[in-house]
Amino acid sequence: MINLTGETTSHLTRLSKDDSRVIGYRLIRILLLLMVLPYASETHAAKPTAEPPIRIGLTPVFLDDQANFVNDWRDYLGRHLERSVVFVQRGSYREIVDMLREGKLDFAWLCGYPYVRNKQHFRLVAVPLYQGEPLYRSYLIVPSSDKQTRSLADLRWKIFAFSDPDSNSGHLYTEYLLAKQEESPSSFFSRTFFTWSHRKVVEAVASGLAQGGSVDGYVWDTLALSHPELTSQTRIVNKSPQFGHPPFVTNTATAKRDIAAMQRVLLHMAHDTDGLRLLKNLNLDGFVLGENRLFDGIEEMAKFVGNRKNDAPQRP
Amino acid sequence: MMRLKDLSLKDLSLKYKVPLRVAVLVIVTAIVLTATLIYRGIDDLRYNLIVNADKMGRVIANTLVEPMLHDDVWRSFEIINTPFRVSGLQTPDQEAGYILILNGSNNVYASTKPDRFPMLKDPATIDTRYTELLKALPDFQSTLTAIVELDKPDDLFLLIPIQTEQMRIGTLVMSYPKSPFTSRFYRLAKDAVLITLLVLAVLLPVSIYWGKKMAAPLLQLSDAMSNITPSLQEPGVIMLEESNDEIGRLGKSFKSMIAELKEKEDLQHQVIASDRLAAIGRLAAGIAHEINNPLGGMLNSISTYKRHGTQDPFTLKTFSILERGLIQIKETVAALLVEAKARSHPFERNDVEDICTLINADVRSKHVSFTHENDIIDTQALPSTLVRQVIINLLLNAIRETQEYGHVHLHIYRDRGNLVIDVSNNGSYIPPDKVAYLFEPFTTLNDSGSGSGLGLWVIYQITLQMGGLITVQSEPDETRFIVQLPLQDDRR
Repeated sequence: MINLTGETTSHLTRLSKDDSRVIGYRLIRILLLLMVLPYASETHAAKPTAEPPIRIGLTPVFLDDQANFVNDWRDYLGRHLERSVVFVQRGSYREIVDMLREGKLDFAWLCGYPYVRNKQHFRLVAVPLYQGEPLYRSYLIVPSSDKQTRSLADLRWKIFAFSDPDSNSGHLYTEYLLAKQEESPSSFFSRTFFTWSHRKVVEAVASGLAQGGSVDGYVWDTLALSHPELTSQTRIVNKSPQFGHPPFVTNTATAKRDIAAMQRVLLHMAHDTDGLRLLKNLNLDGFVLGENRLFDGIEEMAKFVGNRKNDAPQRP
Repeated sequence: MMRLKDLSLKDLSLKYKVPLRVAVLVIVTAIVLTATLIYRGIDDLRYNLIVNADKMGRVIANTLVEPMLHDDVWRSFEIINTPFRVSGLQTPDQEAGYILILNGSNNVYASTKPDRFPMLKDPATIDTRYTELLKALPDFQSTLTAIVELDKPDDLFLLIPIQTEQMRIGTLVMSYPKSPFTSRFYRLAKDAVLITLLVLAVLLPVSIYWGKKMAAPLLQLSDAMSNITPSLQEPGVIMLEESNDEIGRLGKSFKSMIAELKEKEDLQHQVIASDRLAAIGRLAAGIAHEINNPLGGMLNSISTYKRHGTQDPFTLKTFSILERGLIQIKETVAALLVEAKARSHPFERNDVEDICTLINADVRSKHVSFTHENDIIDTQALPSTLVRQVIINLLLNAIRETQEYGHVHLHIYRDRGNLVIDVSNNGSYIPPDKVAYLFEPFTTLNDSGSGSGLGLWVIYQITLQMGGLITVQSEPDETRFIVQLPLQDDRR
């Protein structure tokens, strides 16, 4: 288990440091305000846009296709950060990862797999709490019409759907299981394809296009609440051990003050009604600061798969 | 009697033939129209379906190029699935059964029915029709759409090449079930049957009415024709609708034919009657002459004997009886042999008044009311003796033949060179079949035996000799004798 109390204490000390800084900024701001007094009202109104917006990259580690909810959440964050917030959504994890590395994003909600691969560039901000823990699983699903399949081994020569090549639950875990048997997806399955979203893996398996799929367990559970007619067309064959839940990360260039503000707002969500409502929609219990140890399991699997890939002769 | 087997279709009444023909016409028209409309409707539906499907297929095929080049099965699947996600908005007639993407080697790349057409399978192993279907694939370089209807026509297939840079990377197969065609066919056929029944419901009563209307005059005509034989009817009795169409003209011709026949028949009767009268006249004159010669001798002998013979009372009595008998014979013969040569003064107004005075006794004894109109002012160029005899005979006849307390009327007037004597009474109807014998001697209408039986014979003979004309008009409540005598001065 993770020592949450220790993290929280250090966070609190950091906060107090930041507070003194904020006070300093405020003094300067008051001086500036006095200088531009005739235009005070306009400047004040323009204040939120004066600073560049916080850019947060989103990936389909949650149900990111609910435009209304995403807008509500953006407004909530903007209100509490006292900054305008921009959400950036892209077709794949890789694009978000690249944007964050290049500094085109300040934060991103990523999968644990790309996080561990870019550990030297990224910093952990917060980890969601799912069913009271910052953990989740990967599900192996098949169409509900398939009554025979008992394990991954039964899916040899079948058509298999992955969500994203950079997803842990939707790709790496299955790849790791196969690698342990000295197999790879291309050798084990007759055909594989990526749907670029966990939800669409469920759809692909439900429609029968794929005979099996790897999906984020948290996303599947959340879909089962909102769209039971979709998940009921699939059957969970296997649940993986627990891994660290896809975390909020930032790059090394982001100002500590912004990181702290973001951490404060995310952690505070569980303590006000608007935040609780949003969390309920996300099917999450809240956010914690989390620690890197959570993602050790993913890192091990990534290393194992990576080594095997390097050992194996490259496919043309 | 008409046996059942003789009752063939052509023997049917027009009342049934006309509605039957109308029904047959309506049904034939409806069948021809319906067949044309159904053919057009289904052809249009097929054309629209192919045009729309081709347009949609080309859009889909173009969109598929990139995901297929990137081997993105999921996006390809999502693209071909799009039409099915909004299928609720589409008209069910034009919904594709399923869409299939075949890769370069004609195996399934993706399909909207993954259960039936799983990825990577050869479609010919799933549905044998694909062996034949794939033969219809357009040429490798062609961008044309191939439209395939297989022999067992359940489905219509559109094969659209997925091409990039003149290179085919796959084929889009769109399958359309034909059930919409059959359902459209049944819908159209059902509507047509309903409308036909509706039209028949309106037209049949109308045609039944027409049939009756057409049959009625023909039936009347045929009834009238079958009634010709015993005796000709008066043309006015035949009730036929007057019109200028064929049936109306037939009726008119029939009426005029009846009228002509009737005229001919009347003329024939007149000729027969006058021939007979002439023969009787000749016979009577011949007999009269033959009787008159010995009669004159006998009467002379009796007169001579009375003057110069013995005055034996018994003989005288006998001769006197003989003489009276012979005189009666002479009178009778004289009456038969009407002589129009008697010379007398011209007929004048006073002659009529005299006659009225003369017949007064008879008028009173029969309690008849007698009226007369005398339109004669001056003297007429006619011998008064003969005219008076005619008038007296006519009046006596009329008084005798009318009923008790009856009425007799005399009217004398001039009319275009004729003296017209018009005597009418009420009652004493003369049936038409007796008119022909009316003027023969010793003809009586009733069996009472009153009268000499020579009154009308004398009138006829006098009128005939004076070149006149007698007309008899007899109706149940009035009988009228009109004698027209041409004035001798005017004739010359």
